[in-house]
Amino acid sequence: MTAKSALRPFLCVINTVCLAAVLSVSLLGTGCKPSASKTGEAGSAGGKKVIRVEGSDTMINLAQAWAEAYHKKHPDVSVQVSGGGSGVGIASLIAGVVDMANASRDMEEKEFKRAEAEQGKKPVEHTVALDALAVYVKKDIPLEAISLEELAEIYGDGGKITKWSQLNVKNEGCGSDDITRVGRQNNSGTYAYFREVVLGKQRDYKLGSVDQSGSKDVVTLVSRTPCAIGYSGMGYLAGDVKWLKISRKKGEPGVEPGIASALDGTYPLARPLYIYTLGEATGAAKDYLDWIKSEEGQKIVADLGYVPVTSEPKAPNAEAAPKSEPAAPAAEPAK
Amino acid sequence: MPKRRPRVNPRRRPRNRQSDVKAAWTNKLNLASGAMTMQRQANTARSGIGWCAQLGRATHWLLDISELPMEWLIRLCGWSAIFFVFAIFFFVLKEGAGVLGKLDLKEFLTSPNWRPDSAVRPQYGILALLVGTFSVTTLAMLIAVPLGLGSAVYVSEFAGRRTKETLKVVIELLAAIPSVVWGFVGYMVLGPIIIRLTGAPIGINVLNGGIILALMSVPIIVSVGEDALRAVPDSYREAAAALGANRWETVYRVLFPAAKKGLLAAVLLGVGRAVGETMAVLMATGHAVQIPHSLLDPVRTLTATIAAELGETVAGDDHYAVLFVIGVVLFAVAFAVNLTADVVVNGWRGGRND
Repeated sequence: MTAKSALRPFLCVINTVCLAAVLSVSLLGTGCKPSASKTGEAGSAGGKKVIRVEGSDTMINLAQAWAEAYHKKHPDVSVQVSGGGSGVGIASLIAGVVDMANASRDMEEKEFKRAEAEQGKKPVEHTVALDALAVYVKKDIPLEAISLEELAEIYGDGGKITKWSQLNVKNEGCGSDDITRVGRQNNSGTYAYFREVVLGKQRDYKLGSVDQSGSKDVVTLVSRTPCAIGYSGMGYLAGDVKWLKISRKKGEPGVEPGIASALDGTYPLARPLYIYTLGEATGAAKDYLDWIKSEEGQKIVADLGYVPVTSEPKAPNAEAAPKSEPAAPAAEPAK
Repeated sequence: MPKRRPRVNPRRRPRNRQSDVKAAWTNKLNLASGAMTMQRQANTARSGIGWCAQLGRATHWLLDISELPMEWLIRLCGWSAIFFVFAIFFFVLKEGAGVLGKLDLKEFLTSPNWRPDSAVRPQYGILALLVGTFSVTTLAMLIAVPLGLGSAVYVSEFAGRRTKETLKVVIELLAAIPSVVWGFVGYMVLGPIIIRLTGAPIGINVLNGGIILALMSVPIIVSVGEDALRAVPDSYREAAAALGANRWETVYRVLFPAAKKGLLAAVLLGVGRAVGETMAVLMATGHAVQIPHSLLDPVRTLTATIAAELGETVAGDDHYAVLFVIGVVLFAVAFAVNLTADVVVNGWRGGRND
């Protein structure tokens, strides 16, 4: 008897067990629904307050650092953080299964409407940090600065730049001279933000970019690919890659990515990071948000390589990027 | 005449009652010539019988009183596969049905523009994804079929007893490696090697995905193929030897035709694995929406698209529904592959010559 045939008698049993499991899960699923949808404010488990946060993968490190520090300070409050992406967090907020959604993009108009329709409360936006995207290439490529216009020609649909030589770069490591575009998959906040700033709201990406599912993956792939250029969060600079300086127009001097340039708005690829709540936050959730915006919370932001910000909740879509100027103005810090 | 190993495999000789029952069923269902579906039925039936026989030997009285429930349990096992296939198909179809009226089917099947998130107009063209899936699968099969059948022949016909046991254990271990690990190997190890050897602009591409998928399919092809070859009666080998055929001639002219259906099943299971594989191709193919012009271009497959995008689409959205329609397309592809194989093996009338 081979090992495989020895297993065969059990496969039958497994089949039946699976069937039973599927049936019971589907029963449980329908049974649980009503209780899952009416969560509302921060729940409490055994006297302990639990705040559930979900959303942007870009913000996950930051959100976890906040949660840990806050739990140390307030042992009675536990903050549960999970990732999945801005879209996932917002969808969960709309479904009412989390208290806060982390998002690295603005909530869309239709998402606002759905939240109001399903939960009867308007989501409120809190700007909690600034993130700056950086454009990465391998260190040995003799290119230091690039303009948004050139980036748009590289990444945008119908864009004309496909070769390194078109950027006047002699890329020794890249035999084919083709620029390999590395980006994020189409449901990431980084993808949406880069498109908005670099391509403008009415232009699509050129198809055929190598889409990665994580910010770090982009940098890792660029570090291993001599022909590649990629965009990702500023916090992911690693050994073999470098940041490019960014200018808005071709010919202008490029601005080095960094906290100072992101804060004063000279660096074009900086974006606000948000936390959304359903209606104004109350109770434990409000205390937590206030703490995040306090000096202590913002210190963690700076420690993790993001840019601190303090701001009031603002109305949705209050700032739309003007059409002629694709670069969205970075949210003005109140300080 | 060179000395040969005993042609009757010693491992099969001592038959106990249980394997006699199994052998009877095997003959009845003609496992050696079963195409994929046939083989699955046989497996299910055999597992049930084997179980009962074991129980029966240990406790006769238990078998007596539990015969009816046991019979129903076995029946349930047999039917559950059909139930699950239909349940999954209808679930997938139901989720995708909402968009079917709106979806421009011509664009869906013939446009390479997959832009579900477009700022201008969402476009759901899966041509590039289809080409991606087929290019990677075809390359994988070009590598895996000769390699897999070759090692199946070696393990079944040529290897000595110890080599054979070692090889089988190692090959089964290979089959147990999770696909994400394969993907990681493609991404981190094979990618840089491909860049260095070929000068490709990027290391994760059709070639990388094809090699990784081939390595993943080989263990399946080997173990199923080896089973099929082993099921060819030794009298065939003896007859071939008596006619003066050497070992290679025996394999090529006698065993291959005799085990044709089983070998085809092996290849098809390999194809199935390659078409359906998700995580490894997501990491190893580069995940780029384009029709590849060479083996060194990155591509994106149907499965990887579903895996990467389903998690963050809003349930009930067009994009969400289209991803389920892609699921239906994958179902159709699997069905077409199985049907083609059945027709190739049995002809249109479906006659099985036992």
